[in-house]
Amino acid sequence: MNTAQIKEIIARRVAKELADGYVVNLGIGLPTLVANYVPEGIEVILQSENGFIGMGSAPEAGEGHKNLVNAGGAPVTVIPGAAFFDSATSFAIIRGGHVDATVLGALQVDEKGNLANWMVPGDMVPGMGGAMDLVVGAKRVIVAMTHTAKGKAKILKECTLPLTAKAQVNLIVTEMGVMAVEAEGLILKEINPAFTIEEVQAQTEAKLIIPEDLIKMEI
Amino acid sequence: MSKQISLAEALSYIKDDMTVMIGGFLGVGTPETIIDGVIKKGVKNLTIIGNDTGFPTIGIGKLITNKLAKKVITSHIGTNPETGRQMNEKELEVELVPQGTLVERIRAGGAGLGGILTPTGIGTLVEENKQKLTIDGREFLLELPLKADVALILGAKVDTKGNVYYDQAARNFNPIMAMAAELVIVEAEEIVESGEINPNDVMTPSIFVDYIVKEGN
Repeated sequence: MNTAQIKEIIARRVAKELADGYVVNLGIGLPTLVANYVPEGIEVILQSENGFIGMGSAPEAGEGHKNLVNAGGAPVTVIPGAAFFDSATSFAIIRGGHVDATVLGALQVDEKGNLANWMVPGDMVPGMGGAMDLVVGAKRVIVAMTHTAKGKAKILKECTLPLTAKAQVNLIVTEMGVMAVEAEGLILKEINPAFTIEEVQAQTEAKLIIPEDLIKMEI
Repeated sequence: MSKQISLAEALSYIKDDMTVMIGGFLGVGTPETIIDGVIKKGVKNLTIIGNDTGFPTIGIGKLITNKLAKKVITSHIGTNPETGRQMNEKELEVELVPQGTLVERIRAGGAGLGGILTPTGIGTLVEENKQKLTIDGREFLLELPLKADVALILGAKVDTKGNVYYDQAARNFNPIMAMAAELVIVEAEEIVESGEINPNDVMTPSIFVDYIVKEGN
């Protein structure tokens, strides 16, 4: 699998988690791709933390407007019925439980649902932006990421990097499978048929719980 | 009476060592004309409060590049490597605040509140040295208000009384900052006569605005 294929597998699978009418915030990077795979007949309302709901796709080249960008600064459009608001309203939406699902990337995530995605001490300190509020406030937190980074496990027993939030992650989707954070631990709900359970476990530091009804991920 | 003044007069109110709030999100909604003036004037040792530090040549980033800030209170510096470099070299103090907490702290400053309680940051580095309160069984952090000497904001359409209308995603922190500073200067993309903005469309009421500067002045 090349990088583009891996991203597509992950984005397609995350999109299936979205239900009609959901208010959804997609993080920058891979999570943004989820918008391309929302199933037919499902309408979601994309929220952008810089101050609007009803975010649409990227504009045609040269058609963008300087005051209409996503939270990463890239030009976007809005769909009919969109609304703009200030940052206090935007984070009332986010922190107040009005976002049904947020999809974010991670540097590390662990079996207790802890997430680290905002800094690597001594190396990279971009800041948390809106991530801490999103992870605490959204009803469902979905981590969408490659299973490992440069061969190193990212799904750990316990995060070693500074946390973005404690015990907030609900679901992890990677190119190897879908994992749910439950009270008893990390449950492998679905597996990419290109891999065996042993192979997935070998790339995962946390112990995966294998349910009897383990499903094959649709690729 | 019109609140419109020249850029030079506006700059006379922005002085060394001041705390300055600057609206915008990655430069969208940031008053670039006033920022360019501040750089030209060479105002030093600013404490800047803003969502992010923009890019090296856009928005708040230009003030960082020109080394006019001693401290920034912000949620994100990742798009401006110069902020990170100055932070690592100890030339610049950076206080990172979650975005939703930052805007609520500013709102509290403008709304006369003694602080706000938020669940954001519990169990992270953000909670260090902060008071925690348990409300209905849930832990919250006490976050304190932010105020400034000057707020610099950008409006798309501003009437001569100072009523402000913002365009699309350029609204962001601007109306919140307009309530939280001693002196508020709005840079206007367009200035219109009083009464030309429908009162229903006013997003920042004129009483919060002290002066208006025309963009590109």
